[in-house]
Amino acid sequence: MSGLIGKKIGMTSLFSAEGKYVPCTVIQAGPCVVTQVKTKETDGYDAVQLAYDERKEKNTSAAMKGHFKKAGVAPMKKLVEFKGFEDAKNTGDQVTVELFQEGDLVDVSGISKGKGFQGVMKRHGFGGVGGTTHGQHDRLRAPGSLGNSSFASRVMKGMRMAGRTGGDKVKTQNLKVLKVIPEQNVIIVKGSVAGSKGSYLLIEK
Amino acid sequence: MNLLELIESQVVTKSSHPSFKAGDTVTIHYKIKEGDKERVQLFTGVVLQRRGHDAVHSFTVRKMSNGVGVERIFPIHSPFIEKIEVKKRGVVRRARIFYLRNLTGKKARIAEKIQVSESAS
Repeated sequence: MSGLIGKKIGMTSLFSAEGKYVPCTVIQAGPCVVTQVKTKETDGYDAVQLAYDERKEKNTSAAMKGHFKKAGVAPMKKLVEFKGFEDAKNTGDQVTVELFQEGDLVDVSGISKGKGFQGVMKRHGFGGVGGTTHGQHDRLRAPGSLGNSSFASRVMKGMRMAGRTGGDKVKTQNLKVLKVIPEQNVIIVKGSVAGSKGSYLLIEK
Repeated sequence: MNLLELIESQVVTKSSHPSFKAGDTVTIHYKIKEGDKERVQLFTGVVLQRRGHDAVHSFTVRKMSNGVGVERIFPIHSPFIEKIEVKKRGVVRRARIFYLRNLTGKKARIAEKIQVSESAS
C-alpha cells in the first residue's frame, strides 16, 4: 500500500457537488522524503521508509543524524515504513499529496485521544445494570456478573473490565478523499479520524 | 489566519445574505429538487439562534404550523438557500431565545424593533 504521513489539522464541513453538507477532516500530509528503501536481499522484506516533519539539528540524536546523513536529507521527526509501495522509490525521493486523487478511498490511522481510567460502559459499551427502580441503587454503571460460581470458581482470562481507555492505534477504513490541495499539502477526507489536532496520522491508499 | 480557516475559505463559497439575529422573522427561499424538477419552497419563522462560525455557520428557524411548532436548521452557506428575506426585526435580550418554545398564543409574540430612519433624526 502506498501511503503518506500527515498531521490532523481539524474538522469542518463543506458542501458536496450535490449541495449536501458533508462533515470532513482536514489533514496536512507530506511532503515526505524516502530515507531508506528496504529490500528482501538486504533486510529480509520489502518496504519504503518515509520521513515527515522537520526536526532541529540540535534535537536530533547522533544515531539518527547518521541515518539522515546517509539518506542525504534533513533530520525529520516522524519515520514510518510502508510495505508494498505501488511505484518504486529511491532514497531521497519526495512523496506529496498528489499521491491521492479526489474520490479515492483511503485508510487513516492515528493514536486515539486518551480518556484515562474509564468504566466498562464507556470502555466496552456495556449496558449497565438494570433499571433505577425496585430497590436498585449504586450499581447503575456496574459491569454485572463476572462469571459462574462453582465451576471455574475464578474469573476467566480476558474478561472485559474497567481500565485505561484511549491512546490506542485506531484505523478508520475507506474514507473518501473529498479534496486534494497540493499548494498547502492538504487532503480533506470525509468523516472523522482518531487523534487530537496536531497528532500524526498515516494515510494509506 | 490558521491553516484550517484558510482551507475553509478555499473550499466553501460564502453566500452573502442580509444580517439578521435571534428574534428576527425571516423567510427562507429554499430550493427543492423533485426528480429532475426544481422549485422554491418558502419557510417563514422566527430565528431562534445563530450557531457556529465561517464555514460551519448555521441558524435555526421556528414557526407554528397548524398549532405544531416546526423548527428547521439551515447551514447559512448552503447552495440550496436562494434568498433570505428579513421580514421583521424583533427586540429580544438574548442571543438564543429557546424560551420561545415554551410560550404559546399571545405570550409567544416578539416586539418589533422600531426603525429610525437616518433622515428623520
